Amino acid sequence: MAHSHPHAQHPAHGEGHYGHHDLEELRKFGFWIFLITDCILFSALFAVYIVLHGSTAGGPGPKEIFEMPGVIVETFILLTSSFTSGLAVLAMNAGSRKGLIGWLIVTILLGACFIGLEVTEFVKLAEEGHTISSSAFLSGFFTLVGTHGLHVSLGIFWISAVIIQLVRHGITPVTKRKVQITSLYWHFLDAVWIFVFTIVYLMGVM
Amino acid sequence: MAQHGNHAHGGHGGSEGGHGSLKEYVIGFAISIILTIIPILVAMKGWLEGTSAVVVLIGAAVLQFAVQLLFFMHLREEKGPRYNLMTLILGIVIAVTIVAGSIWIMAHNAMY
Repeated sequence: MAHSHPHAQHPAHGEGHYGHHDLEELRKFGFWIFLITDCILFSALFAVYIVLHGSTAGGPGPKEIFEMPGVIVETFILLTSSFTSGLAVLAMNAGSRKGLIGWLIVTILLGACFIGLEVTEFVKLAEEGHTISSSAFLSGFFTLVGTHGLHVSLGIFWISAVIIQLVRHGITPVTKRKVQITSLYWHFLDAVWIFVFTIVYLMGVM
Repeated sequence: MAQHGNHAHGGHGGSEGGHGSLKEYVIGFAISIILTIIPILVAMKGWLEGTSAVVVLIGAAVLQFAVQLLFFMHLREEKGPRYNLMTLILGIVIAVTIVAGSIWIMAHNAMY
């Protein structure tokens, strides 16, 4: 972002030399602003969940229905995928397309495992009769955790699309920026999950 | 395009990306694992109770959020005006206001 205002900062630097690079930096910054707005969306869903988590309408509360072993496994899977998405960026910076694509595939596979475990959890809850319409607590729970799950699912499709572009075009300034913003997105989703895990699950069963 | 990543640093006005090292990612990953295990033990094994447990849990989550930002999202490596940091702070202020404000106002809502 440093050269967005070349006249104020570096009058000597022409737009010609830095122009393209600036544009990619600006696009990355635009994505960063999206992440911040997404953060605000999640804060609203967290606020709803925290306010309503005691309103179980006579039904079971967090302590009765959460099964922690699966959730803990999910947490470590997502954390590891955040790490592998970082390794993908490192491979890209080293110029290794093979390494980049390999680590991206590991990342989406871990993401798919996470989603698989989450869907299994949701289906099990629904089979036991705990659905989104059972109580205000469960409405808040399914909305918050489900929104995060949808984000992860979208991320899986998105990274797959970037992999296809990498196979076809290689590492160019454009695909490079795309890998960097998907990586930012993925780290962000792990950060949101940390709060879901802590506030919804750990505090729920405490 | 490997050259772009390896040799263009001097002229980069770049913020995140391009500067991370394996060491940085491994340290971030290790700290994250520790900051995940501690809250699990606190909550599941009953190491702490009540307010102190909540403080440790929220503290560990906030620290791990910081680790993601610093070690994985490279927030420190921004050069020039720190627009990323500024928008992040604005976002956090709004998020904390929504969450803390909702908790506070509903705790004092006689109708609820």
